[in-house]
Amino acid sequence: MTDLFQRELSVVNIGLSSFKESFDRNGIKSIQVDFRPGLAVSGKSKDNSKTLEAQVNVANEEAMKRILAARPMLIGMGRALDLIPGMKKNLLLHAGPPVTWERMCGPMKGGVIGALLYEGLAKDDAQAEKLAASGEIEYSPCHEHSAVGPMAGIISPSMPVFVVKNETFGNVAYCTQNEGLGKVLRYGAYGEDVVKRLKWMETVLFPVLHAAIQKLGRIDLKTLIAQALHMGDEVHNRNRAATSLFYRALAPAIVETTQDRQIAVDVLNFINSNDHFFLNLSMAAAKCALQAAEGISHSSIVITMSRNGTEFGVQLAGTGSKWFTGPAPVPDALYFKGYTKDDANPDIGDSAITETAGLGGFAIAASPAIVQFVGGRAEDALNYTLQMYEITAAENNVYQIPSLDFRGTPTGIDVRKVVDKNILPFIDTGVAHKKPGIGQVGAGVLSAPPEPFIRAFEGLFS
Amino acid sequence: MIAKATVKKGEYHDSVALMRVAKLLSEQAGVLDSAVVMATDENKRLLRGAGLSTPDVNAAGESDLVVAVAAASAELADGFLLQAIEALKSRHRELKIGNVARSLDGALKTLPDANLALISIAGRYASAEARKALENGLHVMLFSDNVSIEQELELKQFASSRGLLLMGPDCGTAIINGVPLAFANNVNRGNIGVVAASGTGAQEVTTLISNAGAGISQAIGTGGRDVKKEIGGISFLQALDYLINDPKTEVLLLVSKPPHEAVLKNILEKVKDCKKPVIGTFLGANPELFKGSGMVATATLEEGAYKAVESALGKPVSRTSGNPRFHEVIEIEAAKLRSSQKYLRGLYTGGTFVSETLFLLQGMKGDQHTVIDFGDDEFTIGRPHPMIDFTLRNKRILEEAEKPEVAVLLLDLVLGWGAHMDPLPELLPVLLEAKRKAQAAGRYLPIVMSVTGTDQDPQNRTKVVTALRGAGVIVAPSNASAARFARGVLELSGKDSV
Repeated sequence: MTDLFQRELSVVNIGLSSFKESFDRNGIKSIQVDFRPGLAVSGKSKDNSKTLEAQVNVANEEAMKRILAARPMLIGMGRALDLIPGMKKNLLLHAGPPVTWERMCGPMKGGVIGALLYEGLAKDDAQAEKLAASGEIEYSPCHEHSAVGPMAGIISPSMPVFVVKNETFGNVAYCTQNEGLGKVLRYGAYGEDVVKRLKWMETVLFPVLHAAIQKLGRIDLKTLIAQALHMGDEVHNRNRAATSLFYRALAPAIVETTQDRQIAVDVLNFINSNDHFFLNLSMAAAKCALQAAEGISHSSIVITMSRNGTEFGVQLAGTGSKWFTGPAPVPDALYFKGYTKDDANPDIGDSAITETAGLGGFAIAASPAIVQFVGGRAEDALNYTLQMYEITAAENNVYQIPSLDFRGTPTGIDVRKVVDKNILPFIDTGVAHKKPGIGQVGAGVLSAPPEPFIRAFEGLFS
Repeated sequence: MIAKATVKKGEYHDSVALMRVAKLLSEQAGVLDSAVVMATDENKRLLRGAGLSTPDVNAAGESDLVVAVAAASAELADGFLLQAIEALKSRHRELKIGNVARSLDGALKTLPDANLALISIAGRYASAEARKALENGLHVMLFSDNVSIEQELELKQFASSRGLLLMGPDCGTAIINGVPLAFANNVNRGNIGVVAASGTGAQEVTTLISNAGAGISQAIGTGGRDVKKEIGGISFLQALDYLINDPKTEVLLLVSKPPHEAVLKNILEKVKDCKKPVIGTFLGANPELFKGSGMVATATLEEGAYKAVESALGKPVSRTSGNPRFHEVIEIEAAKLRSSQKYLRGLYTGGTFVSETLFLLQGMKGDQHTVIDFGDDEFTIGRPHPMIDFTLRNKRILEEAEKPEVAVLLLDLVLGWGAHMDPLPELLPVLLEAKRKAQAAGRYLPIVMSVTGTDQDPQNRTKVVTALRGAGVIVAPSNASAARFARGVLELSGKDSV
């Protein structure tokens, strides 16, 4: 005997939304499904995904267990050349999947030129450009060296880096110090001011921060980020709370360990005047957590989303170091005065690692102050976060959304769900000018492009 | 070019909000240049450089907001300034969070106790979604068409193996636990259970039953192909079982085109064992087929509905055809026809009505009577169903009204959920125009309609019927009555044989 007649009807309406009116008017519980067909993947990969379903589920469970168990701690600093695996004098690390000098976008070329000037390997722009193209300089993705960099993401051998260690599993991730907004290297600017600032960061900021961190022993980044989410950050496009918390943790130690009072003042003012100082650390914390799931055979969890300004790249826990790429789109953005979408470079930076770890655009519901980027209403931000639960494997155990009754943020993108539901990861981002040397022109949001996810799915289930 | 600026003292907006409004402003046609910024020294300098500064702006401090616009005239600039200030005001709207999901499993997270999925997406995606719903333990109403018969069979076998009901594909109508699904009406609840392989058929019988004072326990749709040989009536037989075992169902009414022989045999076997009265309307079937089954077979939907009502209420229902007034009006209408008016035009939105009407017109003389189903694929490609979009039928109504040989227009109008929510403003002017056209040519054109619906429907049947009658339309209580009336007019005018 059927139970259909015994219980009040409760309906999932997939398709014509007008059919839902009858349920609303008749007081029947129902939910609308705004259906769209899945992404087009090969029939063979689809069949294989079905065959392997149980195996993949088990692998993903393990991947999520590890990602959620991660405890990223800031434990120290050092020089890129001394710390970053594989770093050498003629190597520059960059954001996103691998890219040659010829195919680099404007802002990344600008970053490379700036880094060569900063390293003293070239005297002027022209010389730097020539050297960059000469074959003497090698390029490699930050992600292939346990590092992450925002926007152009250039890390050169002399740059100081933070060391973030996952205390649960022992893996380590690196990131540079954030330069601030405006004309900065990561947005492709390479003027005299830019290089001067980088030098100051190396010779003044670094030693002060290094000493302060040593004094403190370690800073628990996961807890700090969790608190920042309660204070209105999503730690990608808004880092005001996290930077404040970081500043609060660091300031007494800086005062205590710095002999020269003016230097302490300069360092504190530098951090205080840059709302995004924490961004690089939120990225390293995210990277550190996701590294723990690297190499789990069969897992369809995305552990890297990253852009080099030309291409958008994805890596899966279950496909080793292989990159799956597609063209990087231009973000929908709000532009600074004097700039338009025509000036914008396609999406760039390793910072989508925050979304990959359940932060940034995935946690935008926690950050009402920046909902202007997504249409201006708190409701829009909530709906974006809610949509990301559709494509994730878990809810975060530590990062929470206050306005969703402290529900854990959607964490761990399952490429199967992205393909099946045709819902693409939602990413917060800054926008660089497409020409080298100009810098940031706006900030906004975008949906990841479909191609890398289609290729990743087909790669995993080939 | 005229530059205008407004300074809002001490008004704070975060920079992103300012950028949003600035974007809005710069996109307006006629805005030559604009700025929405806090009056910091740096910004004031920029404004001066752009020629957007005014003495007010120069005097403003860094906690003041400046909105500046350059346009062709002062009036234009003032207008843009007002728009920008309006856009900066708070934009609270009612929060509607999480009421739309993007997938079935997303929906089930919000509504974990869901027990039915209503699926109306394009056919090539529909069967995969139906399968997922069944796998999640949901009953399914599959409204979508263009699902292959192989997929239908697979889905139905899977559903029945899980004790679940799959209504469809191409199932337009069902009423479960009193809730109208897709194209269905608000009807009285009661003790008559309906199994229907035809959507319009189900709407006609459930509304006739409700309007006659009885009610519906459940109306289960199966999709038209269910009773074919390939599917074997899986859903039909399953629904029959459900209703036989349902204590709230005391009378059963079965509606379908004639099933495949083997399927009918299985249906009748169940009927034979059933202790409850069973009425069957198998449109166009030979009544001999049902002999000995214990089923009361009727030739029309109307008769099926009324037989079920009589069985449910235990008292007779009066038929329109037994009403002397019915015949009087036929005489009145017939007398108005001219000798050129010989043929009937049935213009339908419900396919089942076409079958019923064709059956009732059998044996009529004359070879140019026409009955058209506007719900047929050839009319619906690239446009909504004719129950929602009247365009094509309206056009045809006006064309037919101009033809001297047309004697009667026979139309249906289906109300309820899924149908046009406000049909009169689109239909009435066309009907009046049709009558005017005929009149201008010296003819009288009778329009006979049935209105399928109830007063509980969002359109309210009485309201619609009253308005139609006010326009001179003859409204019959059912399609069968309307068809008989039309035939009566033609036959009485004696001109169908000329």
